[in-house]
Amino acid sequence: MTKFSPLSEFQATGDGHYQLAPFRFSPLDNERYVITNQAGEYSVQPRSVVAALVRHELKPSDSAYSRLRSKHFLFDSSSTIGPVMLATKVRTKAKRLANFTALHIMVMSLRCEHSCPYCQVSRQSEDRSAFDMTKETAEKALGLIFQSPSPAIKIEFQGGEPLLNFDLIRFVVEKAESINEVEKRSLQFVITTNLAVVTNQIFEYCKEHDILISTSLDGPAKLHNANRPRPGKNSYELAIEGIHRARAALGHERVSALMTTTKASLGMGREIIDEYVRMHFPGIFLRPLSPYGFAVKTKWYASYDTESWVDFYFDGLEYIIELNRRGTPFIEFYASTILTKMLTPFEPDYVDLMSPAGIGISAVVYNYDGDVYASDEARMLAEMGDKSFRLGNVHRNTYAEIFTSDALLDPIEQSFAGSAPMCSECAFEPFCGSEPVFHKATQDDFVGLKTRSSFCYRNMAIFKRLIGLMEEDPSIRELFMGWTR
Amino acid sequence: MLALSGFATWTNVDGGSPKALLRLSTDSVVDASDRQHDAYLFRGGPVSPDYEWVVTFERFRADVEAARTSGKFIVLPNHFEYLAGGDVIRFVPGRKAVRVLFRASANANYFLTTERCNHYCLMCSQPPKDVDDGWLADEICEAIPLLPTATPFLGITGGEPTIIGEPFFRILSKARDHLPNTPVHILSNGRSFSDTAFARRYAQIGHGALSVGIPLYAADPEIHDYVVQSKGAFDETIAGIMNLKSLGQEVEIRVVVHKQTYKGLTELSEFIFRNLTFVDHVTFMGLEITGFTRANMDSLWIDPYDYRSELRNAVRYLAAARMNVSVYNHQLCVLDGSIHALAKQSISDWKNEYVAECEGCTKKDECGGFFASSKIARSAHISPFLS
Ligand code: SF4
Ligand code: SF4
Repeated sequence: MTKFSPLSEFQATGDGHYQLAPFRFSPLDNERYVITNQAGEYSVQPRSVVAALVRHELKPSDSAYSRLRSKHFLFDSSSTIGPVMLATKVRTKAKRLANFTALHIMVMSLRCEHSCPYCQVSRQSEDRSAFDMTKETAEKALGLIFQSPSPAIKIEFQGGEPLLNFDLIRFVVEKAESINEVEKRSLQFVITTNLAVVTNQIFEYCKEHDILISTSLDGPAKLHNANRPRPGKNSYELAIEGIHRARAALGHERVSALMTTTKASLGMGREIIDEYVRMHFPGIFLRPLSPYGFAVKTKWYASYDTESWVDFYFDGLEYIIELNRRGTPFIEFYASTILTKMLTPFEPDYVDLMSPAGIGISAVVYNYDGDVYASDEARMLAEMGDKSFRLGNVHRNTYAEIFTSDALLDPIEQSFAGSAPMCSECAFEPFCGSEPVFHKATQDDFVGLKTRSSFCYRNMAIFKRLIGLMEEDPSIRELFMGWTR
Repeated sequence: MLALSGFATWTNVDGGSPKALLRLSTDSVVDASDRQHDAYLFRGGPVSPDYEWVVTFERFRADVEAARTSGKFIVLPNHFEYLAGGDVIRFVPGRKAVRVLFRASANANYFLTTERCNHYCLMCSQPPKDVDDGWLADEICEAIPLLPTATPFLGITGGEPTIIGEPFFRILSKARDHLPNTPVHILSNGRSFSDTAFARRYAQIGHGALSVGIPLYAADPEIHDYVVQSKGAFDETIAGIMNLKSLGQEVEIRVVVHKQTYKGLTELSEFIFRNLTFVDHVTFMGLEITGFTRANMDSLWIDPYDYRSELRNAVRYLAAARMNVSVYNHQLCVLDGSIHALAKQSISDWKNEYVAECEGCTKKDECGGFFASSKIARSAHISPFLS
């Protein structure tokens, strides 16, 4: 008769004969630790298990042992393929670097007919065409854009209000399309607009050229109009009407909206979310104010602290989870970006949460005057007088000069979280970013002291909360899995 | 359950003549070039004199003898009456043995390439034998040209099909040449593909619709090696999957759920998504109680009802991760409702049955049903959906 060998014959001998793979750990609460491997896989373990693990005292019979082995936190004699698999995962995460810049932001004009006190740009009043990009500048910028090795190119028109320079948008779109007849990349356009000055002809044009619309919606009318003053005091009405018209012209999913949290928003999280649900958006990006432009000048940036924002965020998140439970699918997009890093082998392209920093690599900005900046935030900082992240000018510099400039490479190198103080030992590093622009703006240093960084405080709080929620409730984990991209 | 093999009697056949592969036909004319392989399937009426072979059933023995006095007859027992035009049988005159190799109407036809295997799985349904069965590959190569070009699917199984080496590639080349539009699915433990040269040779066949179904039983190498009773199997299987995918080949991961594997399903599904995201399909299979499974019932059998939440979690996880995931060989009423849509009717039709409890069930049409072998053990929670 057949002879089968018992399980014990296939088991490693144990006795601490395992090798530790590189990993990081941070406390989740008093009792539990989060540990992460290089590929961003995490495991939550009691303090005692982490202690035993590092002392090589974890026994194969301990329930965590097999789990930690299959997640490649430790290697033993039962398998030799672990390091190869871990390496493959790390490569998958880093793959995006090879494509270099995919998102190209062109600032069409600094003019705007809104005068939002929290504006992160330093907009100019409407009539000063000295703040418009010229054709010559746009042409040069396009020349650089198509030198990027990325197979996908996205051109985003920003401002001020870019529609105030619509003729130039048309010029760029058509020129890019004709260049692309030869280049054959995947080419996409986005216009970021407050929809106040949009006409039907513009929608017509967007439809013809497959252009996406991204607009601002801060919440219900009262809040939105208070946040976003314009001559008619009707920013909200124009935005809502614009969204409806844009959807009718372009298709529902081609219109997206962004909110910015002001002090007045803090108590209104649920109403803001309801507004997005009512407008049939698939989700919301709960976004804090950034320390740039008018937001700083008008002291709006300083009007609330990070702690209050985090409370606002968690309350919103809780409400969104509730909505999902009640059968309304709805996503919080910042969480979605982080969850993609936590739960999938992929790396989402989001400039703020990247290390090496996404500046220049993931996105680059061509300002109205031809200056090239490492990110949207970088040009906002420049408008405030700090041109540390100015990489060059489209009229005077070559692609190589711009993308190998010290202004780009120095901050990327210095801020690399894998080796930055605190971050290098932080379990959340695989999910986090390095944000040299933010730290330059707030601490005048590319790296910044993380204990004083509201970026670090905010993200660490969110990482812990997301993991905590998933540990608590498998159904939340399942919901979150569905939020990943 | 259909009987696929048995004994037949013959007339006008030399008992010492070699085995014959016969394609059954109900046409009155036969192409001269196919006479060696085409047999007229007789159910009464006239017989075309073109045919060298006639195949019929006991019931028609007298009729066929009346209709034709010369030529070769094979008379099959009546339970073979399901046979129809396009089917292919093998007949060994000396042993009077008949085996059905291909049924044109079957939802899946599998060819057994060898009974040898480098695994010794606890639940093997086709227990490996260390025999010299090289003739099987030759026979398959001979049979493939007899199959209809519109054959919807072909399975290659074993033992371990890849260990026969060159003849394995010969079979695939035959399929590529004669059935270019037929998807071919190979059930392999994947280890041979850890050899890069072997994997490359496979990719070079250049068949447009080849796929390999490779079992992976646990994220824990020790459990996997134990289930397949071979140390080092996990590593080679994973390496094989990675090699195949890096060569752009289609790979399905198959997980048989039983007492040794169900606890690790959540971990396994996570492992698959994180490490093997690029595989084309992940399937979770119910246990078929044949072969070694009978010998290992105590260590293998668990009522599927008792692992329904583990299965549900693994399946929902992979679905949420947007991987292509299916559940095979399970009865709908023992699965969590949230994964019903991913359950497929997958039991080969000749093995599929329902039980008395299924009477009046409104979901019978979508239900996977039972292996005929499930009489030995089946879920105690079969309960019909009644509307
Ligand atoms: S910024 Fe803070 S949370 Fe992010 S990696 Fe650094 S220490 Fe960790
Ligand atoms: S009662 Fe029978 S037919 Fe209905 S779901 Fe259960 S096993 Fe299937």
